[in-house]
Amino acid sequence: MSAIVPDALIASRIQFAANITFHILFPAVSIGLAWMLMYFKFKFDRSTDAAWMDAYRFWVKVFALSFAIGVVSGVTMSFQFGTNWPGYMQTVGNIAGPLLAYEVLTAFFLEASFLGIMLFGAGRVSKRVHTLATFLVALGTTISAFWILALSSWMQTPVGFEMRGGRAHAISWPAILFSPSFPYRFTHMLLAAGLTTAFLVAGVSAWRWRLGDRRDDVRAALRSAVQLAALLIPLQIVVGDLHGLNTLDHQPAKVAAIEGLWETQRHAPAILFALPDEAAQTNRYEISIPGLASFYLKHSFNAEIHGVKEFPGAHPPVAPVFWAFRIMVGVGLLMLVVAWTALWQLRRRGEPGSLLCRVLVLMTFSGWLALAAGWYVTEIGRQPWLVYGVLRTANAVTDAPAGRVGLTLVMYLLLYAVLLVAFVSALFHMARKAGTSPQATTMNAVADPFRGDDKQSGVDNHA
Amino acid sequence: MPELANPTGWLPLIFMVVMGLGVLVYVVLDGYDLGVGILISLASEAEKDAMIASIGPFWDANETWLVLGIGVLLTAFPLAHGIVMGALYLPVAAMLLGLILRGVAFDFRFKAQDSHKPWWNRSFCAGSLLAALAQGYMLGLLVVGFERSARNMLFAACIGLGLAAGYCLLGAGWLLMKCDGDLQRRAVVWGRQALWLTALGIVGVSVATPLLNRQIFDKWFAVPNIFLLAPIPALTLILFIFAGVALRSLPSRFDRQSHGWDWVPFAATVAIFILAFHGLAYSLFPWIVPQRMDIWQAAAAPESLILILAGVIVVLPVNIAYTIFSYWVFRGKSRNLDYG
Repeated sequence: MSAIVPDALIASRIQFAANITFHILFPAVSIGLAWMLMYFKFKFDRSTDAAWMDAYRFWVKVFALSFAIGVVSGVTMSFQFGTNWPGYMQTVGNIAGPLLAYEVLTAFFLEASFLGIMLFGAGRVSKRVHTLATFLVALGTTISAFWILALSSWMQTPVGFEMRGGRAHAISWPAILFSPSFPYRFTHMLLAAGLTTAFLVAGVSAWRWRLGDRRDDVRAALRSAVQLAALLIPLQIVVGDLHGLNTLDHQPAKVAAIEGLWETQRHAPAILFALPDEAAQTNRYEISIPGLASFYLKHSFNAEIHGVKEFPGAHPPVAPVFWAFRIMVGVGLLMLVVAWTALWQLRRRGEPGSLLCRVLVLMTFSGWLALAAGWYVTEIGRQPWLVYGVLRTANAVTDAPAGRVGLTLVMYLLLYAVLLVAFVSALFHMARKAGTSPQATTMNAVADPFRGDDKQSGVDNHA
Repeated sequence: MPELANPTGWLPLIFMVVMGLGVLVYVVLDGYDLGVGILISLASEAEKDAMIASIGPFWDANETWLVLGIGVLLTAFPLAHGIVMGALYLPVAAMLLGLILRGVAFDFRFKAQDSHKPWWNRSFCAGSLLAALAQGYMLGLLVVGFERSARNMLFAACIGLGLAAGYCLLGAGWLLMKCDGDLQRRAVVWGRQALWLTALGIVGVSVATPLLNRQIFDKWFAVPNIFLLAPIPALTLILFIFAGVALRSLPSRFDRQSHGWDWVPFAATVAIFILAFHGLAYSLFPWIVPQRMDIWQAAAAPESLILILAGVIVVLPVNIAYTIFSYWVFRGKSRNLDYG
């Protein structure tokens, strides 16, 4: 890129961040919910308890909605690589291209084609084919995550390539696919998707419970979600820790920013609170526990940890990474406490108390918060690189005029704000409606696969 | 053009065909559901539900073909993707806005509060129209090599209108196959109006393109090319007449309870789209950025293309198979979209 316009860079970065933040909320729900729906269906097939089918009926609508938003915001991403970051594909297109192509070929068609059968095909195919369609959609969402995380991990820890004439050329595809940070990132993301879904389902179910809607399907969904959350959150904490140690090996500058450590030091403190000051390269109002960071990063209180100042011109902005990390970890610990308390209470009393319900409702979107914060840690933490050590973000940006980028930025921000409000409001609207109407099956004419009759709906134009 | 026996010679050609296939299938498949989206502005409340039900199981998979087409541009021709997308920055943003609006409106209109439904209907229609206009506009800018003179932009805007009319024609043809009763009769009326506009659009584009672009003029109007190419416009004309005759005769066939011809306007329109697509492809080949970058200059490294090609050969036929399976599951009139 010949002309680098700083404003277009900032606007493009905000636009991409807005886009990808908004986008990831919905695939996370789709991945988790797809497998949860599989579980509901499996339980129904095994027990023929109608509660599981009712739970499926309600949550499949939420799935359809979040899947649709995920698709359209994902299409946007595939265009933005070119519109805003032309230098990206020009430099590493030989690596990123095949991974993205395989995502389209192996995941998008699978999920999009069988989604129709999953949502609308129950009356047209056998029970077994319908379950298979549900499974293939769930599989598709997970395969999609595999390719995207493979690419994202390669951008963080690039291996298996060489630079020729300013362009990356692949040498070893297995090395590229399974780059050093990939196993951690992929597992971390899938667990995050599971947790996001578990708290979403638990929160909405608890909200219905509070409204007095205490049917078996609400109970079943709530119990399943709490069990899932209680199972996944300790795993996530362990995987997250391993991921952090992996990052220390490959991206010490990122870990320095996460820890808020400016100076390289032995006996490095774990900083609980601070206001990192980028200009003065120091922390203000720091509260810390001496030696602890050295211990949990290198398992010795005396170990040396590199500080941000060690990486002049090649470290991320400290404050956003520092804070995003603390938000993620804070929400994670809260999830642990809430999930295990909830599980204990459900086991002991058989139903949730009013305080627990209130807390679960407040935690409905806690997964989204932790998810976004976690991605901020890793993506802002990669700066100033787009591909770590290979391509700087500033060298990949479009030379489109800043005004044009600003215009589309405003458009996307407005659109996403409206859609987010619409999604949340539709979610609780559906939940309320499911609770008040004795026949939950009439609430959605098209998207309900198990509707027995549709005489009263407008869909049947033969009526 | 490099040696075709060489991988650097034939790989880009193969990917040009795959990209073309992706775009063509996208234009036909998403074309009909965008068309239905535009047409709901003319329909009553009950008809809107029926029309949207007719595209319900399909629109998502249809849009995936756009991702395939743009994915090939992004992954196989990475050097061109940035140039093309940069040159089309605002129309791309407009198209995405349209696709996002209609995609989510489709789901929200069933799930949100009743009082919001008219707004989602409007979003669905406006989004469909915006996406269609933007796609046509981008095609127009591509044909003129992204040179933004007033004349070229007017030309591109006219292609936008023409493409939107073409999508309406596809949409009306789809409704003829998938719906019946009064809605089917209204689809005949919509189809007849859209047929005229589409014909006008294609004639306009065919006349204006060679006049605006000297290279394209030379490609078409040299001997013997002009004789070899003559079947394309001739067949298109025949198909238009055929579709017109079919649309004219359909109402009396409905009176006689005869539905054997319901599929004819849609099939004829698809054939027209395929011919127009080939005409355009011939005009543009081998440029991916007209007069600036050809497919060989834009291509990714052969070792990357080979890997993608392996995936395309193994997976794309499977994708096509389950796309067909999905259409087969939902065959027949969309009234069968009751799930009992």
